[in-house]
Amino acid sequence: MDPDTDIGGAQQRFPVTNQSAIAAARSDDHVVRQRAFDTILTSYWKPAYKYIRLKWQANNEDAKDLTQGFFANAFEKNHFANYDARKASFQTFLRTCLDGFVANERKAGKRLKRGGDANHFQLDFLSAEDELAMQATQANDLNPEDYFHREWVRWMFTMSVEMLRERCQSSGRNVHFQLFEAYDLNDDDATTVSYASLAKTFNLDATTVNNYLAATRRDFRRIVLDKLREITATDEEFRTEARSLLGVDVK
Amino acid sequence: MKWLSDSKVSHLRAVVGNPDFSGTKYTFVKELARGGMGAVYLAEDTELNRQVAIKVLSTPEITEDLRRRMIREAQIIARLEHPGIVPVHDVGVLPDGRVFYAMKFVRGVRLDEYAANTTSTRERLRKFQAVCDAVAFAHAHGVIHRDLKPQNIMIGSFGEVLVLDWGVAKILRAEVSSEADTLMLPAAGTNKAGDTAHGTVIGTRQYMSPEQARGEIDQLDERSDIYSLGAVFYFLLTDQAPNDERPRTLNPKVTKPAEAICLKAMARDRASRYAGAGKMSADVSRLLDAEPVSAYRENAYEKVSRWVGKNRFLVLLVLAYLLMRIFFIFTSRS
Repeated sequence: MDPDTDIGGAQQRFPVTNQSAIAAARSDDHVVRQRAFDTILTSYWKPAYKYIRLKWQANNEDAKDLTQGFFANAFEKNHFANYDARKASFQTFLRTCLDGFVANERKAGKRLKRGGDANHFQLDFLSAEDELAMQATQANDLNPEDYFHREWVRWMFTMSVEMLRERCQSSGRNVHFQLFEAYDLNDDDATTVSYASLAKTFNLDATTVNNYLAATRRDFRRIVLDKLREITATDEEFRTEARSLLGVDVK
Repeated sequence: MKWLSDSKVSHLRAVVGNPDFSGTKYTFVKELARGGMGAVYLAEDTELNRQVAIKVLSTPEITEDLRRRMIREAQIIARLEHPGIVPVHDVGVLPDGRVFYAMKFVRGVRLDEYAANTTSTRERLRKFQAVCDAVAFAHAHGVIHRDLKPQNIMIGSFGEVLVLDWGVAKILRAEVSSEADTLMLPAAGTNKAGDTAHGTVIGTRQYMSPEQARGEIDQLDERSDIYSLGAVFYFLLTDQAPNDERPRTLNPKVTKPAEAICLKAMARDRASRYAGAGKMSADVSRLLDAEPVSAYRENAYEKVSRWVGKNRFLVLLVLAYLLMRIFFIFTSRS
């Protein structure tokens, strides 16, 4: 394993509150600000890394440094506190900041040294690289902005699934999650899995499968929306992003 | 963490957005359509073993009072039993508090799709008459639709015509229920008290009456639906959604009486429109039968032309007879 790409870093630190991290980023309290930053970092580092790799054609090591550098710089200078919800969505703001940062770094010919004086976050770049390899043929179909959004959605759902798994396990509802995993996360052809086949596999009746799945999906929906609320600044932005995330509006 | 493919992400997006039917007798199948008022889903009725269309209304801030009113209104609409009105089988509340209606799942095509494949104006107008009849029935029971448009009219597999989406309907009179007057189903923009706020625009702009477009809720009555019927008629004559052009400008084949029917229904002044859908249907019927229509005053030439057109066979017979007479007169003289 690459010692520079430790697994189990920021992505494990799920935020503890559902209040807007964007608003909390403006707090005078350092602890509150740190927690807000963690939330933003957790929610955006992977799409940011992939975006740098795709749009800026950065190699693996440069992309790692630029991602680390961008978030370290943003935290140090408290850039996220400057976000104005009236001008754009936070996602657009962050992407614009990221473009500016990378452009400046490139212009100055600088290369942040990993392990130097910059903050060094524990980010699972290896998994991001694996995903990039898997979607190598698809990435070229989208413009960088759409690609960033798509990867952000994917990352939001990935984190939400993980949180759902944790919650189900901690509340003794393992069967709920197993049903969800078998029906909604199954990579096989969906036609091979039915409520009836799940009922047989799990020794339940079809109504129970229906109710368990519905309850688990409801939890999943709540987790996704809670996460979304954390990384949006206003109710309006939350609603707009929710509409986009839930697939009502494609863009 | 498990990698989620694009198809899984799409599926999860749908899962998050789809309604939760747990606790009901329905299981989710797929989304059919989505609009400003909510979305329609295909679902399986597990008790009766049949597919139904379920409309789930979008109401971000629903109060108990509003929910109660919506259910009561759905019950009233469910009592509209007419072959041209999609029957409402059930009404209820989802675990997240949203109200849903279960309706007959109609297999067929929308009127706009039907029109795209049907060039015969006569055929189109026959379907339109069936729409008028269904609307007239609802009006007779004190219900106006408020969102009549080609996309809300289905032509079934056997040619039957069904008017869908009574979700924004307004109950005009307490004919069906003593408590039913002036209740409205909510839409985005409704106030918390549950009454549609004056100034709230519900419907589809190109097909809605001027008073509805202005959000003058208290001015809405059967004549607002008449305007929308006129707009649908306009579409059937021109293949275009209503705009500033007259039908005959867009399609020279449209006759003056047909245009007159359309313009009368779409009059800006409510009082100048047809008094009821039945009256409009009767005019369309007369148009199809080459009879004079109430919306258009013919001159003598047009009267003769229409009569000749209607009695073409008789006229040809008489002409043939006269020609033969003339021929015989000339041949007998020579």
